[in-house]
Amino acid sequence: MAKYQCPDCGYIYDEATGNEHEGYEPGTRFEDLSDDFACPACFVRDKEDFALLEKSSLKK
Amino acid sequence: MKTVTFDSPAQGTISYVDKKRGLWWMSALYPLFPITGLVLHGLTGIELMLLVPMAAAYIFVPLFDYLLGEDLSNPPEEVVAQLEQDRYYSRLLYLAVPLHFITFFAAVYWIVTQDLSMAGYLILAVGTGMTSGLGINTGHELGHKTDPLSRLMAKIVLAVPGYGHFCLEHNAGHHRHVATPEDSASSKMGENIYAFALREIPGGFKRAWQLEKVRLQRKGKSMWSPSNELLQSYAITAIIQISLLIASGWMLLPFLIIHNFLAWWQLTSANYIEHYGLLREKKANGSYERCQPHHSWNSNHVFSNLLLYHLERHSDHHAHPTRHYQSLRNFDDVPALPNGYFGAYLMAYCPPIWFAVMNPRLLKLQHIQGDLSKVNILPGKREAMEQKYASLVVA
Ligand SMILES: [Zn+2]
Repeated sequence: MAKYQCPDCGYIYDEATGNEHEGYEPGTRFEDLSDDFACPACFVRDKEDFALLEKSSLKK
Repeated sequence: MKTVTFDSPAQGTISYVDKKRGLWWMSALYPLFPITGLVLHGLTGIELMLLVPMAAAYIFVPLFDYLLGEDLSNPPEEVVAQLEQDRYYSRLLYLAVPLHFITFFAAVYWIVTQDLSMAGYLILAVGTGMTSGLGINTGHELGHKTDPLSRLMAKIVLAVPGYGHFCLEHNAGHHRHVATPEDSASSKMGENIYAFALREIPGGFKRAWQLEKVRLQRKGKSMWSPSNELLQSYAITAIIQISLLIASGWMLLPFLIIHNFLAWWQLTSANYIEHYGLLREKKANGSYERCQPHHSWNSNHVFSNLLLYHLERHSDHHAHPTRHYQSLRNFDDVPALPNGYFGAYLMAYCPPIWFAVMNPRLLKLQHIQGDLSKVNILPGKREAMEQKYASLVVA
């Protein structure tokens, strides 16, 4: 399970938790999100803009 | 005066005092302003006093914007995280929510209990509607947050003007497609505000329902499920407005219709002036460049910004939609409105004035410099614009 971050607002899509409000169930892989996925927090960055977070780069 | 400090390894201690901190009460309390009209009417018995709040808003706010001018200051980037964690600012936002209800109910009470003339009735309906339109601004700031409390408060305040679809339409629709011909909430060069309203109001409604349908489909739920957030907000509107009609009779119906429409019209007015003619460039792959500060008309006029939770610092808002109102920045060299929103609305309501002021301003922008291919222009208007502004247009 990986995490991906929005480069503008910092929102993190965590595959382990998904996003309940947007209807992405826990365990939904980032690659399985639709191609027109936009950041669910700021909506001004697209799927291709998200950056994979290495586990080591996560402070929490 | 509260000082925020940040210990920077490179620059030493950075301390910052937000001079506007205490002044944000103006945004929080402004929703109550129409009540001054009721009080003045009650005290003097002169019905025309109901006009005072509206007249004050459209005469004195543009005047104060002109006289007090602009505030170009920004908080240092290092303290923004602290500013945004300071709960004081969000509490001021939450406070505005019940105040919108108080003003709405006070106006309804006045309509029902006072024997108003037709003119008095209309003035009160229009003035209250405009203030409930301001509720969309409160809902706007709340709706950009993703925490459940802000989301809930946004749905509640949007129920006053009956515009529960706003947040979804605005965040996932307007922000994503802003400054493109496809966006129903971005106005085009040569498009007057009345034509724009006919595109913007139904366009926003349709887009919100489409977006909510897709979100609910992902959750395996139907459009009519209680999870539909548009329906949740509309339900509050329906309960309030239908109960009032049952309690007070049909005489309240014109008030509610005018009130709701005027509130939507306030949003239309804001949308109209915020991106007039601005266009994001299309990339080779067919998608648009990211929204930059120069894709919004900005205003740093301090007085109206303090009444609108910094909404007029619109360039930063669109470039970074999740920034909180207290930390929105001024940028140099972004498209600038000649006055705050109140003054700009007055210009927009009179299309010849709006076009005369804004078309040259648009064509002279640094990133446009007379190149109509960089303008979001009404189809069919290009030739007319080339002729009319021949000295500004570069062929
Ligand atoms: Zn984001």
